[in-house]
Amino acid sequence: MAREKKVHNPLFHVVKREPLPFLPALGIRAAAVVAALIVSALVITVLSQQNPLEVYKSMFEGSFGSSVRIWNLALNLAMLLCVSLVVTPAFKMKFWNIGAEGQVLISGLATVACMFFLGDQFAFLGDKKPYVLIPIMLGASILAGILWAVLPAIAKALWNTNETLFTLMMNYIAIQLVAYFLKKYVKSGSGVLEPMPQHGLPVIGDMDYLLSILIVLALTVIVYVYLKHSKQGYEISVVGESVNTAKYIGINVKKVIIRTLAISGAIAGVAGFLLVGGINHTISTTTVGGRGFTAIMVSWLAKFNPLTMIITSFLIVFMERGAEQISSDFNVDPSISDILTGIILFFIIGCEFFLQYKIVFNKNRKEEV
Amino acid sequence: MLSFLVSAIRLGMTFLLGSTGETITEKAGHLNLGTPGVMCVGAACGCFVEDLYLSQTGLYADPVIAVLLPVAAAFIGSAVMGLLFSFMTVTLKVNQNVTGLALTTFGVGVSDYIISQTGLAFQRGSKFFNASFSFAEDLGWFGELFLSHGFLIYLAIFIALLTTFVFNKTKIGLHLRAVGENPATADAAGINVSAYRYAATCIGCGISGLGGLCFIMNYLNGNWEYCIDAIGWLAIALVIFTVWKPSIAILGSIVFGGLYIANTYITGFTIQDNELFKMLPYIVTIIVLLFTSIRDSKKNQPPQSLGITYFREER
Repeated sequence: MAREKKVHNPLFHVVKREPLPFLPALGIRAAAVVAALIVSALVITVLSQQNPLEVYKSMFEGSFGSSVRIWNLALNLAMLLCVSLVVTPAFKMKFWNIGAEGQVLISGLATVACMFFLGDQFAFLGDKKPYVLIPIMLGASILAGILWAVLPAIAKALWNTNETLFTLMMNYIAIQLVAYFLKKYVKSGSGVLEPMPQHGLPVIGDMDYLLSILIVLALTVIVYVYLKHSKQGYEISVVGESVNTAKYIGINVKKVIIRTLAISGAIAGVAGFLLVGGINHTISTTTVGGRGFTAIMVSWLAKFNPLTMIITSFLIVFMERGAEQISSDFNVDPSISDILTGIILFFIIGCEFFLQYKIVFNKNRKEEV
Repeated sequence: MLSFLVSAIRLGMTFLLGSTGETITEKAGHLNLGTPGVMCVGAACGCFVEDLYLSQTGLYADPVIAVLLPVAAAFIGSAVMGLLFSFMTVTLKVNQNVTGLALTTFGVGVSDYIISQTGLAFQRGSKFFNASFSFAEDLGWFGELFLSHGFLIYLAIFIALLTTFVFNKTKIGLHLRAVGENPATADAAGINVSAYRYAATCIGCGISGLGGLCFIMNYLNGNWEYCIDAIGWLAIALVIFTVWKPSIAILGSIVFGGLYIANTYITGFTIQDNELFKMLPYIVTIIVLLFTSIRDSKKNQPPQSLGITYFREER
C-alpha cells in the first residue's frame, strides 16, 4: 500500500500487560463505575433539570430505600447470579452460549407443566405432596434445560456449527413454545396463567424467597469448586485456552463440550425451577426477563469466576434498579432506565481495556523519524 | 394471495436491509449482536426527523425531501451506533458479544425515549414513503407486486445487489473479506484492519438502521410498534439463512417475510397454532445452519475470524 519509504511512528502504541494485582484492578473498575455514575447523572440532569445529588440519592433508595426493596434486590441478584452460573462453564470453554434465556425458560415451562397437570392429581397425598411433586418438577426442569443446551453442543462437537447463532435461535423457539402452551391451556383465553403457589416450593418461616436465594448461594459455591478444583473443571479451562493443546494432551474435546453444556443445561434447569416453582408460580414469555443476556455480561465481567459474579451481578442489579427508580422519581420516560443501563454497561465493559492493555507513549518520537 | 405477497415483500425488505448491513459487518469479522438495537435507533431517528420536518413545513411538504431527510437521519443515527460498537471492539478490544448485547439494550432505550417525545403516529410521513409509480395500478397484479412499493423497498434491493458487487468484484471487497477471514494476513499485506472494521461496521449499521425505518414506514404504514428488536434478531438469523450472501438474501428475505406473516393469511388455524407458526423462521435458520456446517463446503462458511478481536501483537 504505502509505497514511499516513510517510517510511521505513532504517538503511542498499545501493549498487552501482565495481569494486574487485585487492588489496582479494583481501582480501575471503581473508576469506571464512578465515571458511569457521573455520565448517567449528567444525562438525567439534562433531561429532567434535577440536582445531580438528588439523582444519586434516588438511585440508592431504589435498592436500599425499604426492607421490601432490599429484599427485592437480594432476590433479583440471586436470580441473575443463577442464570449467570448457567453460561459460565460454557464461556470458560469459549463456547459462546447466548441461549441461557431459552434454556431457563424451557425449564420453567417444564416446571409449570408439572405444577399444572400433576399438582392437583397428587392432592390425595396430603402433607406429603411436596415430597413427590417437587422432585418431579425439578427432574423435568433439568431434563428440559439439558435438552435445550445439549443440542447446540452436539452440533458444535460433530460439525463445528456456530454455537452463538444456534443458541440464539433456540431462545425464540422456547419463547414461542411458551406462548403456544399458554394460549392452548389457559382456559380464559387471555394467555395469562394464574399463579399456583399451592404447588410451589415450601416457604422458610415467613420469608417467601429465602429458600431460593439459599439454593442459588449453594449452587454458586458448587460451581466455583467444580470449575476451580475438579479435573473436569481443569479440562474445561484447557479447552478454552487452546483446543489444540487439549487434543495433544489427550482430552476428548467433543466429550468435554457436550458434558459441559449438559451441566450448563442442568443449572438452567435449576434456575427455571426456582423462577417458576419458587418465585413466580406461573410462567409468561418474559419470565426470564432478559436475564439470559445480562448474565453474559455478569459472567464475562467477573472473568468467569462464580464468586466474583456475586459482585458483578450486584453491580448490575443495583444500577438497573437505580435507573428505574430515577425514571419514576423524576418523571422521566421509563425508557431512560434502558439508556442508563446501556451507558453503565459500556463503561464497565470498556474499562476491561485498561485492565488488559496499557498505552505506551513513544517518547523519542521525533528523533526516530 | 396477492396482498400476502405484497406484505411479504415489504416485510422482507426490512429483513433484507437489516441483514445486508449485518452481512457487511460480519464480513469484516464483527459479529454485531447490537443490530436489533441499531435498527430501533434507525427507525426512531428517521421517524423523529420526519415528524420534525412535517411539523415545520405544514401542509406543503416536499415529497422528495420528506423521504430523503429521514433516510439520511436513520442512516446517520445508526452509523453512530456502529461507531460506538467499533470503538469498543476495535479500539478498546473488548468482547464483541458482550458489547453487542449492551448496544441492543442501549439502542432499545434510546429509541423508546425518542419515540416518547414524538408520539406513535407517523401515518402522514408514511404516505411519502409508500408513494410509488402512478402507473402501477394500471398494470394489474404485475404492477401491484413489483411496482407498487415505496422508495426504500427498491433501495433495499439496490443496496443488496451493490453489496454483492462490491464483495465479489472490487478490491475493497477483496480487502474486506481478507480482514474478516484472517486479519493477521490482511495486516501483513498492508491492509489497514482497523480502518476496514470501523468503516464496514458503521456503513453496515447505517444500512441496518434503514431496515428499522422501512419496517415502520413501509410495512406498518407509520404506526409505531415496540417490536423492532424482534425483527432485528430475525435479520441476524437471515444472514445465516442466506449464507452471508446479500444476493441470495433478496429472495431469502421474502421467504422470511412470508413465513413471519403466513399465520395471518392462512385460514383454519387456531390462535395457538399461530404461535407455532412464528417459530418457523427460527427453525428454518437452525436447519440451514446445521446443513451448511455438515456440508462443510468452503464457500458457505461464516467469515473465519467472526467474533474474534484482532490484536497485532497476539498472533
